[in-house]
Amino acid sequence: MQGSSTSYASLTARGLIPNRWDVVVFPLVFGLLLLAAKGAHETLAPLSALREPVVSLDPVNLPDYALRTTLRMLAAMVASLLFTITYGTLAAKSRRAALVLVPLLDILQSVPVLGYISFTVVFFMSLFPGRVAGAEAAAIFAIFTSQAWNMTFSFYQSLRTVPRDLEEATQSFRFSAWQRFWRLEVPFAMPGLVWNMMMSMSGGWFFVVASEAITVGDTTITLPGIGAYLAQATAEKNLTAVGWVVLTMTAVIILYDQLMFRPLVAWADKFRFEQTSAQTIPGSWFLDLLQRSRLFRTLASPGSLLLHALARRRFAPLREGFGRARPSRSTIVDVLWFIAIAAAAVFAAGKTIVFVAAGVGWGDLLDAVKLGLFTLTRVVVLIAIASLIWVPIGVEVGLRPHLAEKIQPLAQFLAAFPANLLFPVFVVAIVHFDLNPDIWLSPLIILGTQWYILFNVVAGTMAYPSDFREAATNFRMRGWQWWRQVMLPGIFPYFVTGAITAAGGAWNASIVAEAVSWGNTKITAHGLGAYIADNTAAGDYPKIVLGIAVMSMLVTLFNRLLWRPLYAYAEDRLRLD
Amino acid sequence: MVALDTLRETTLGEPILTVRGVSRGFARGSGEVRVLADVDLSLRAGEIVGLLGRSGSGKSTLLRIISGLIRPSSGEVTYRGRPVDGPAEGIAMVFQTFALFPWLTVLQNVEAGLEALGVPDKESRRRALSAIDLIGLDGFESAYPRELSGGMRQRVGFARALVVEPTILLLDEPFSALDVLTAETIRTDLLDLWIERRLPTKSMLLVTHNIEEAVFMCDRILIFSSNPGRVVGEIGVTFPHPRNRLDADFRQMVDDIYAKMTARPTAGAAGQLARLQLGSRLPPVSTNVMAGLIETVAAPPYNGTADLPEIARSLQLEIDDLFPVAEVLHYLGFAEIREGDILLSPAARNFADLDTQTRKVVFARHLLASVPLAQHIRHVLDERPGHRAPRIRFEQELEDSLSDAAADETLDAVVDWGRYAEVFAYDDQAEMFSLEDPKG
Repeated sequence: MQGSSTSYASLTARGLIPNRWDVVVFPLVFGLLLLAAKGAHETLAPLSALREPVVSLDPVNLPDYALRTTLRMLAAMVASLLFTITYGTLAAKSRRAALVLVPLLDILQSVPVLGYISFTVVFFMSLFPGRVAGAEAAAIFAIFTSQAWNMTFSFYQSLRTVPRDLEEATQSFRFSAWQRFWRLEVPFAMPGLVWNMMMSMSGGWFFVVASEAITVGDTTITLPGIGAYLAQATAEKNLTAVGWVVLTMTAVIILYDQLMFRPLVAWADKFRFEQTSAQTIPGSWFLDLLQRSRLFRTLASPGSLLLHALARRRFAPLREGFGRARPSRSTIVDVLWFIAIAAAAVFAAGKTIVFVAAGVGWGDLLDAVKLGLFTLTRVVVLIAIASLIWVPIGVEVGLRPHLAEKIQPLAQFLAAFPANLLFPVFVVAIVHFDLNPDIWLSPLIILGTQWYILFNVVAGTMAYPSDFREAATNFRMRGWQWWRQVMLPGIFPYFVTGAITAAGGAWNASIVAEAVSWGNTKITAHGLGAYIADNTAAGDYPKIVLGIAVMSMLVTLFNRLLWRPLYAYAEDRLRLD
Repeated sequence: MVALDTLRETTLGEPILTVRGVSRGFARGSGEVRVLADVDLSLRAGEIVGLLGRSGSGKSTLLRIISGLIRPSSGEVTYRGRPVDGPAEGIAMVFQTFALFPWLTVLQNVEAGLEALGVPDKESRRRALSAIDLIGLDGFESAYPRELSGGMRQRVGFARALVVEPTILLLDEPFSALDVLTAETIRTDLLDLWIERRLPTKSMLLVTHNIEEAVFMCDRILIFSSNPGRVVGEIGVTFPHPRNRLDADFRQMVDDIYAKMTARPTAGAAGQLARLQLGSRLPPVSTNVMAGLIETVAAPPYNGTADLPEIARSLQLEIDDLFPVAEVLHYLGFAEIREGDILLSPAARNFADLDTQTRKVVFARHLLASVPLAQHIRHVLDERPGHRAPRIRFEQELEDSLSDAAADETLDAVVDWGRYAEVFAYDDQAEMFSLEDPKG
């Protein structure tokens, strides 16, 4: 027995016979290669290929559309990663760059992604005239803007908090800046980055669906994909097709989660900085499969060898000298730099004001602000309602670990699921019962993002120390006192995190949720989202800019005046560790 | 063993590394706060030198200057005849916190230092494996640091430093994060390798606050004082290895060093501690610990007078734990520290017999009488119409003479004592001192 197993091992060790994992991996790898090639080929097709009928409602086409949509998501993720690494590094390493880059990032985060899609579409179409690539690039850019900012923030913050002793160790062993980046800084930032990639992806589905079928003035762009299929189904009032697309999306998200994110999270676990072992080690059957498969290892090894060799290069001579050169504090350069920034800001603001003023008057501004307040009210009221519903449910679920284990993935799935796929169902109901759109369209803005509250609260309750709960039971605290003094303070930081994400998503969703249609029936609620959407369809650029500016302003104020103080309070006073 | 030591004695040659007049300070509104003042020292081949001092005495800063991680404000470090102006080849460091990369295996961690130098893969692997072998880590090559115990992690720290074949090994309190038994094992293993000359290293510089550790390992001990850090004494240790901690001479030397460390250059006659100033740094010592020490010393067998090393041993405290307590008791007029002994004052003997409420009253009296900062805060609160004053006000005053961190720590200490004594109240959320009692 032992002898035979040894000889088997030595055979496989030399890679002579495929092991059982290869059987699964082989088709997977080649299938993916084939699909990627096909997608790329179609991207480079001339634009005329997109002339109608672009999207057929035959469900047979759905896997192909799903693939196209997924590839768009992947491309955007790659772009986001590249952006994150360059922008985050620059902001963390250069004091002067940070002066501009960090606040800029903060503002970019609060600009509604779907607001400026009209500009990017025009821009990218002019970059690749007559090619599908232009439209593709615009869609990918829209997804990119929904994904990149939080990843960049996470990366930047990690770079700023690299533990001092490890930094000293790399200096003492004379790592070059390049080596330190790959050996210390990137690995240290990895867990946060992966987590934010996951959140970004989860939010991204919403935008990919919204950005595949866009009308800007006279230009209508329809990219074959799940979003375009949905738009077609809506235009044709085909509820069966809506059902098919919901089904497909479900399958895609599950596959994505299983094949990409579980493995990524499981892999990134080794970069966790805490020296203690985690209670639950994230696992992934797909990662295990890849790591055990010889074929994958063989295929991956040239790449990984190359990456390793690259990361190990010094790219700088071994020099003597203090590792962390004192940052240059030349006042003159600082002043010049400030002047340059201020000049650029004044110039940009001036240009924008001139552009907007040419097309809109004070009345429009008042209008936009008024509509903005409507949308603000909607966001606040719905977050409040969602919190009242999901906090108690989340706590009840979190207190039952077995139930929580089942609910958590479901809540994460629901958060990732693009709620805009379900809009038609609501629209049909509103049309059928002749409901007031100002009220009944409102739930749509929170439809997809309320789940962030649920799963954060569940996570918070699960992390709640059991000795606190036992103490509360021991002192017979129950009812309102239990909520007020025992549970709510404990889960508050988690709740705030969830609510911030939910509110941010709700603002973005308002652009597609406040103006919806079903066939020829168009339903519009009063709000800034509808204002932006309508003006995008009309191609009225000054008003689009005005709408975006007002919305960004409101979001920023909302963040500064409500969420940031709440978050600081939670971080400061209510942390349990 | 003795023969080996005499052999080493004869090979002690020219200094490999010299530190001349090194100071380090940072700018403050009204001038400069110095962390290190005019430090001179030299390292010769074949010796282990200890830098012994309390935490915050600047010895770790000195070590970082020597390793080229930070720049001295003035003075110079010379290594093999050349000034050190950055991390130099041949100087490696072992960190108190281990500073291992959690995402690299033991082998990769050990190889990391060679990789940085551009050593070819094959040679790097060979050298890493032999360092791992030397330090007793074989079998753990593919483990990640989080899978290892603290002792094994620090062994990785040693292997990683030794693999670059350093001429000088800098040890930054390498055993202080380990439990007593583990620390002892690794110390002994390291000394064995050193005595058998199996280390590539010519000289070691050990930073520690543990007196016994210094006497156990070093050939020469430099005693460091705080505020600013400077060398106040040098002691040669000539006991042959392996040294016996229970040996009478060993114990005597530990006692002597205790005495030396309790005496301060700034002190008045007979090595007494100076009085506190408004800007003096106060150690964060809990009132419970103070009461505990008073009770212990007041009770038999000490009956009011005790030998600090003996107390430390019986309470399992290190000097870093015990000194600040004794010192604070001294400042508060509850005890006198003299040549390594602690003598309770009559007030303290009385204190030991009091009940909780009366203790608070006595403590408040001593606090206001002898801690100028507490006096000052109380005075400001009394003067102000609303009897409130923000923390930042006092923080800024302290920062004229202390670093930000030290000012913060000092205020925290005074807040704790003031709250216990009910001399003033403090609202941490509003960062506000007041005379109010809590509402309700």
